[in-house]
Amino acid sequence: MTQKNNNTTENLDEFKENTESVIYSSENVFSKNIKFLVVGIFFGITFVKAEIISWFRIQEMFRFDSFHMYGVIGTAVVVGIISVFIIKKLKLKTITGEEIKIEPKKFSKGQIYGGLLFGFGWALTGACPGPLFAQMGYGFSVVVITFLFAVLGTWVYGYLQNKLPH
Amino acid sequence: MLELIKQPWSWYVAGVFIGLTVPILLLLGNKPFGISSSLRHICAACLPRNFSYFKYNWKKEIWNLFFVTGIFFGGVIANLFLKDPNLIIIAEKTKAVLQQNNVKDISNLLPVDIFSWQSLFTLRGFIFICVGGFLVGFGTRYAGGCTSGHAIMGLSNLQWPSLVATISFMVGGIVVTWFVLPFILKL
Repeated sequence: MTQKNNNTTENLDEFKENTESVIYSSENVFSKNIKFLVVGIFFGITFVKAEIISWFRIQEMFRFDSFHMYGVIGTAVVVGIISVFIIKKLKLKTITGEEIKIEPKKFSKGQIYGGLLFGFGWALTGACPGPLFAQMGYGFSVVVITFLFAVLGTWVYGYLQNKLPH
Repeated sequence: MLELIKQPWSWYVAGVFIGLTVPILLLLGNKPFGISSSLRHICAACLPRNFSYFKYNWKKEIWNLFFVTGIFFGGVIANLFLKDPNLIIIAEKTKAVLQQNNVKDISNLLPVDIFSWQSLFTLRGFIFICVGGFLVGFGTRYAGGCTSGHAIMGLSNLQWPSLVATISFMVGGIVVTWFVLPFILKL
């Protein structure tokens, strides 16, 4: 019975994907992804309310004057490790019955060079990409410029990718 | 209840919520938690893309753009309904250093002395807003992820390259904060 159900969901998924490629209706895209918007909303509220979007909190972190950000990131990592461990141990599936797969991260020198460059930017803007979106939403309109420059930086990286050491 | 939510949240509440995003995204659709990839999708969708980095089907990754749009609206909701009337409390030592360096207004989440439209057209503002933004985009994509993709998702999955990236983020930030900011803040 379960087997049959699985087959049906698989067929359904396949069917959905096929129809998507043919008509790619905006309504379908919206209903499939609205749940990620909802998760994002809660996430954004957390960013603001725990003051992770604050330039001052990031300054405190880099100056070692406050435990706050270390506590946030540390707790998140511990919760994340436990969650991923449980998911793997119990072989949990997604709500649509898909097997959960997490791509391993491959090492490249970019993680060092790029990581340092992002660190420079993080200390200046007081924001990683996530908080940029929350800062704009919170009403810091000039952060739109920060964001546009981040998009530009991404584009320039794409342009130079093959010439950079990796 | 609402009063409680309006107060600044403690690190452990925020940490648990952010950590739970990892399994929630996996269970909802096998999605690896990550935010800076949204910048790549935006480029692939909106800008000229004749190089290999942007040649992929960004529409398949559209969930990520829904996610960051959600983060934006989370900010809107927090501002409209959950604003804390009190000033942000900053560590005394940080406050003292910043005030010596011409960051006087500490009433908001961001220093208005730096992050404002007037400031954008000064050298100091340009470095913080534009150069900083550029480095965030360029650096996260070069590193293959940001705080969420590497420090949280990568470390949750015990990936050592993510540890290398996280250490590099911190070293970069510490170097600029201690050795470069004192000069640019005085500009």
